[in-house]
Amino acid sequence: MIPLHHYLIVSAVLFAIGTAGVFLRRNLITILLSVEIMLNAVNLTFVAFGRYRGDVDGQIITFFVMTVAAAEAAVGLALIIALFRHRESLNPDAFTSLKW
Amino acid sequence: MLALIPLFPLIGFVVNATLGRRLPKSVSGGLASLAMLASFAVSVTVWWQLVGMPAEDRSIDQVVYTWLASDDLTLPLAFRLDPLSAVMILVVTGIGSLIHIYSTAYMHDEVDSEFARYFSYLNLFAAFMLVLVLGSSFPVMFVGWEGVGLCSYLLIGFWFKKQSASDAGKKAFVVNRIGDYAFILGMLALFARFGTLDFQGVAQAVGQVEPETSFGIVSIATLLLFIGATGKSAQIPLYTWLPDAMEGPTPVSALIHAATMVTAGVYMIGRNAVLFSHAPETMLIVAVIGAITALMAATIGLVQNDIKRVLAYSTVSQLGLMFLAMGVGAFGAGIFHLYTHAFFKACLFLGSGAVIHALHGEQDIRNMGGLRKQLPITFSTFAIATIAIAGVPGLAGFFSKDEILFETFAEGHTILWFVAALTSLLTATYMSRLVYLTFFGQRRNDAPAAHGHDHGHGHGAHDHGHLHDAPPAMALALIVLAIGSIAAGYIGLPHALGGHNVLHAWLEPAFGLHEAVAEGEADHASLELSLMGVSTLIAFAGIAIATFIWLWRRELAASLAQTFAPLYRLLLNKYYVDELYDATIVQPIKVVSQQGLWRGFDVRIIDGAVNGTGALVSGGSAVLRRLQTGSVRTYAGSLFMGVVVVLGYYLWR
Amino acid sequence: MPEIVTFYLLAGILVVSSALVIGQRNPMYSVLFLIVAFAALAGLYIQLDAPFVAVAQIIIYAGAIMVLFLFVVMLLNAPQEDAAEWDRTHPLRRPGIARVGAVLAGVLILQLAYALVRANELQAPVGSQTGPAIVSNVRELGKVLFDRHAFAFEATSILILVAMVGAVVLARREGES
Repeated sequence: MIPLHHYLIVSAVLFAIGTAGVFLRRNLITILLSVEIMLNAVNLTFVAFGRYRGDVDGQIITFFVMTVAAAEAAVGLALIIALFRHRESLNPDAFTSLKW
Repeated sequence: MLALIPLFPLIGFVVNATLGRRLPKSVSGGLASLAMLASFAVSVTVWWQLVGMPAEDRSIDQVVYTWLASDDLTLPLAFRLDPLSAVMILVVTGIGSLIHIYSTAYMHDEVDSEFARYFSYLNLFAAFMLVLVLGSSFPVMFVGWEGVGLCSYLLIGFWFKKQSASDAGKKAFVVNRIGDYAFILGMLALFARFGTLDFQGVAQAVGQVEPETSFGIVSIATLLLFIGATGKSAQIPLYTWLPDAMEGPTPVSALIHAATMVTAGVYMIGRNAVLFSHAPETMLIVAVIGAITALMAATIGLVQNDIKRVLAYSTVSQLGLMFLAMGVGAFGAGIFHLYTHAFFKACLFLGSGAVIHALHGEQDIRNMGGLRKQLPITFSTFAIATIAIAGVPGLAGFFSKDEILFETFAEGHTILWFVAALTSLLTATYMSRLVYLTFFGQRRNDAPAAHGHDHGHGHGAHDHGHLHDAPPAMALALIVLAIGSIAAGYIGLPHALGGHNVLHAWLEPAFGLHEAVAEGEADHASLELSLMGVSTLIAFAGIAIATFIWLWRRELAASLAQTFAPLYRLLLNKYYVDELYDATIVQPIKVVSQQGLWRGFDVRIIDGAVNGTGALVSGGSAVLRRLQTGSVRTYAGSLFMGVVVVLGYYLWR
Repeated sequence: MPEIVTFYLLAGILVVSSALVIGQRNPMYSVLFLIVAFAALAGLYIQLDAPFVAVAQIIIYAGAIMVLFLFVVMLLNAPQEDAAEWDRTHPLRRPGIARVGAVLAGVLILQLAYALVRANELQAPVGSQTGPAIVSNVRELGKVLFDRHAFAFEATSILILVAMVGAVVLARREGES
């Protein structure tokens, strides 16, 4: 029997890694990947809690999260393509036209 | 019925103000005069009604509507006709009508629109004056009071394109306003003390208390009201506007500054005879100021060279005598003099207007002379009015002035009587001087060429043959007023001379004073007769002095001026009072306003605050906009930071 | 006993792969490492008696989304990041937001760890309360999904539709119909 908090710690570490990736990487695609990591961390938490409570709800949530993640990845990548065509760069620091 | 009296001129104002530009002169002028005549007709009608009523109860009240209704104060817009206001409305509408008719000829050279504007103002003035006189409470009177001040400004500055005229208009308004301020304070004091502002109400309330022996609230209130009167009626210290007011058209000077507006102050005191009688301290101040003003103005008038200025100072002086009368308790005498003065002063002003009109704008008497033969009607009416004002027996001025002198003496104010007598002497002198210099001798051109009259000077040679006397409209007014100057005084014929002093009896109940019937009439009679003799002597002496100097020995005038040069200069410059006011009041205010209030407060503080706010926002935003890095990562970073902080907070709790 | 070993194994692979994902210069490698991570995650799901989720994870995430990422990476010929100075500097020495981000991530881990350790009720083993049967029954899962959450299900389908259309519109070349 694996204690719940093991899973939760794994999930937390995964989330933190994802967050760090968002800030540390200067490649839009990698940033998006980090976001996916974060989402998966959350999924893990949900399933773990679901199992812990004996519910099926945790899995249902993950189902929806995955769907949304897929949609978001699709749109995000489309945006990246459009941005790339505009600026020929995937560096987020290159897109500063909203700067004051 | 009563409301019609101010209503007709008001309608005339509205018509002339809106349509006047398009109306021909005959229509606009005729309409205005007609409005006044209609008012006069109504005035006569209601006066006749009043005559028919029993003496103790002579009053007609009319409430137009309730102006103000609150817990503390209910103020109807109400008119009250009693013997006193009846006299006033007859004077205002009667002489007003004559002056309107006169103006149709005098202002004939103006453009149609200006002509109509003039008459609209004149009608408006009449309307306000009638409201002032007929008002049954202080606020209603004050509406008229301020209104005539406004119209005075409008009319004095009628030729506003001329700098001196518009300055004079402003001066009149501002000085008047100072008086108005005091008037308002007086009203408030009265309200605080008695809880009512209705004339009858105040009289009744104050009648319950004893006359004050020291400076109590009634004295203060009446003093404040009197200060308001000094502004309106050109007494010390607020008289400086009246001589400057001569910049306005001459009929305006005649109507406003001789017969009606300036008498408002005197009327106000007469209206509140009971109130003032209960403040002997104030009454004394009124009398003293009246006497001093009278003397001072007379001395200035003695050396002035502008025909209208002389008359202006004469007005100030005569008003001083009226206030003297009111101050010693002779309310009837004061009103009597007001009434006779209206006749001869209006006649004098209109006569001077005729002279100016004939000479195409010449106003300096040093450039006149010998007009007697060429302007006969003008001369004769002017001369009659002069004799009247000098106080020659038989004409109106004698009776009224004499009554004032008598009452002053009889009440024991011997010094004041002396001052008044001296004033009368000077009056006779300077008025005769005016007549001699204007109408007698040869036509001269003595005024220094540098004197700037805008209407041209030095017409000298070529004008002599072609002077035309007053046209019919003007002559009518002159003649009627001259007759009035003779005859008007007889209604006040004193008992001592066998008359019944009808005017006094008529006015008596309006004052509300329950004077003990004059006992010892016999004593009074002999005193009165002897004083009358003195007055007569004074009048003739004054005329004689003038005749000697200005008719027979003109050079004497010049040499006297040389010998007493400093005194002469002092008088010519009106005791430098204007300069004094300017230095002590006007300049400090100007400095405070400009440097202190404007530069310091308005520019630095208010503008600074507004601009500062803008600068603050601008500066703040310059700092804050650095948050907009345009970099998504930064935004994500701040989001994340928030998450960490919130999480940390909850963990800590 | 073996459970805990598998757990640590799978968890270890997961964490290490994720760390490597964010540590690669070439985005292609990042994607590949993430696929590995997802596989490990699927293993963890199986251990949590959630077979459906595990399979869905492989199919959807590793199979579809990651492939999509790969396509995009190849399409864009994503240039490598500017390696030199980046490689040498420690996260905490990189300027600006990177430094902040690294610090915050560390702080977050600490906070979460602290919270988890403090909460006693989370110490219980996962499977202690109920048996696996209820949770792992896919039929049950389906029933609940289409019964209670039918509305959300339908809404999600619309969401995907919108996302699809949006992606097509956004990624279009200008001027094309």
